[in-house]
Amino acid sequence: MTSPSPANPHRSWYEESARGRLSHLLDAGSFSEFLGPQRRELSPHLALFNLPRQFDDGIVVGAGALAGRPVLVAAQEGRFMGGAIGEVHGAKLTGLLHAARQMKRDVVILFDTGGVRLQEANAGELAISEIIRATVQARAAGVRVIGLLGGRAGCYGGGSLIAGCCSALVISEQGRLSVSGPEVIETNKGVEEFDSKDRALVWRTMGGKHRYLIGGVDLFVADDVAAFRAGALAALDRPATLDQAVLAAEQARLERRLARFGDAADGTEVWARLGINQPTDVPDMDLDAFLTIANRQREGADAAR
Amino acid sequence: MQPAEILTSLFPAGHQVTEEAGLLAGSGQVDGQTTVDVVGITGKTYPGVDEALTLAGRILAIAARPDPAPLLFLVDSGSQRMSRRDELMGLSETLAHLAKALWQAERAGHRTIGLLYGGSAAGAFIATALACGELVALPGAWPEVMDLPSMARVTKLSVDVLKEKAATTPVFAPGLDNLFATGAIAEIWDPAQPLSEQLKAVLARPAAGDDRARWGLDRGGRQKAATIAQEVERLALAHG
Repeated sequence: MTSPSPANPHRSWYEESARGRLSHLLDAGSFSEFLGPQRRELSPHLALFNLPRQFDDGIVVGAGALAGRPVLVAAQEGRFMGGAIGEVHGAKLTGLLHAARQMKRDVVILFDTGGVRLQEANAGELAISEIIRATVQARAAGVRVIGLLGGRAGCYGGGSLIAGCCSALVISEQGRLSVSGPEVIETNKGVEEFDSKDRALVWRTMGGKHRYLIGGVDLFVADDVAAFRAGALAALDRPATLDQAVLAAEQARLERRLARFGDAADGTEVWARLGINQPTDVPDMDLDAFLTIANRQREGADAAR
Repeated sequence: MQPAEILTSLFPAGHQVTEEAGLLAGSGQVDGQTTVDVVGITGKTYPGVDEALTLAGRILAIAARPDPAPLLFLVDSGSQRMSRRDELMGLSETLAHLAKALWQAERAGHRTIGLLYGGSAAGAFIATALACGELVALPGAWPEVMDLPSMARVTKLSVDVLKEKAATTPVFAPGLDNLFATGAIAEIWDPAQPLSEQLKAVLARPAAGDDRARWGLDRGGRQKAATIAQEVERLALAHG
């Protein structure tokens, strides 16, 4: 893993913008954007809600290189509408994935999204379904689709289902991966079911450490752009295969998870069953201490995704 | 229409579809020649990790079979189950796995046809009905992305304001007609006609690719999606 140094300063992935992440993730000067802000492809729907629009609709798509290896990239901007997926935003990612299939070019998606953009809910919902179909079609053609999870908006709702179709996932401690967000669970089921203000509970249930420990993601990295770059490169060395055998292995893996942990009341109980002696210490462990224990005790996904 | 009625109309030559804990499984005979595998989620069940894995396991077993029998997925669900346990266990992975299983069945030669006859919402809708190769619906179906109280919390708009906007804004409002306009649904069946004939007509057509963006354009529900996706694809291919 790359360590921060004067030539390579620490740069928080969580704090960076989508464009900031991309410019330091990819090889210097390698990025070309498709349908960039100068094209002003605005959401046709947000004005109905008197909401501001953005010239890139909250996602940057283009081509670049990672250590000389050409890739297609998409980066969601969590600071615009919580990175939510609307009609234009979604269509940009769908088009990129269609191209990836034909070019047999690997794709890296920088997730930072609350899911469907509710002001254009039907268009966003359908866009997610189209992105999922384009993702699995690209994978069937041998294309790797890598997801990076560490943005401020997390990866929620339909975004988390897209992530679940990626060939490999990289997460930081700050990454959150979940279908229903804490506030949605609390609104529907009450504060007894989920207290969305209990940040420690949020991390224990859907945060990066928990996802890594149960095999929900493949690589755990520091909240640092250089660390995500190293993680993306490692993820690109993993297989893209998606077929009956991979899905049968995923079925077995997820069934085993439910059999092993399905009645656990809390993340700490899951981690105790993994054989971690002081599970309540996990949230406070630094990166090296966590990886030492996690890599010994965790459930791996073994490319079964 | 209720599931018993739907199954009788779909399968005049008989069916062996049973329901257990909100999930349907079995097969039916459209006529003397065509047997159709059936899976389903019924009774407004909210699929969590358990239901999603059960459905995916059944679908993968069908996908593994060499025959090309079509697969019909009956859908009347809630949203995904919203609970601490489901998220702790990785509901996003399980729902994605269900969507991938449906796609694998299709790729292995089984037509996958979703029949939305009741509700469905949010992640459950994406992983079931919307993950089928083709989606048809019956009048009275009620797809939605999110219930209004949750939407109010997330958008920080009042439920009253949302209701007012929902009445006038198709791209945001719940309901079959609005989802149809975006291109989500291939066709709406006529419950007064035998469903078996309408299913046979779908099966007689060759399986198409993903035409939903074009339908959204033709029907006026999504004016930009098709052209934006094509333009990004073109630019990427031209960049090389």
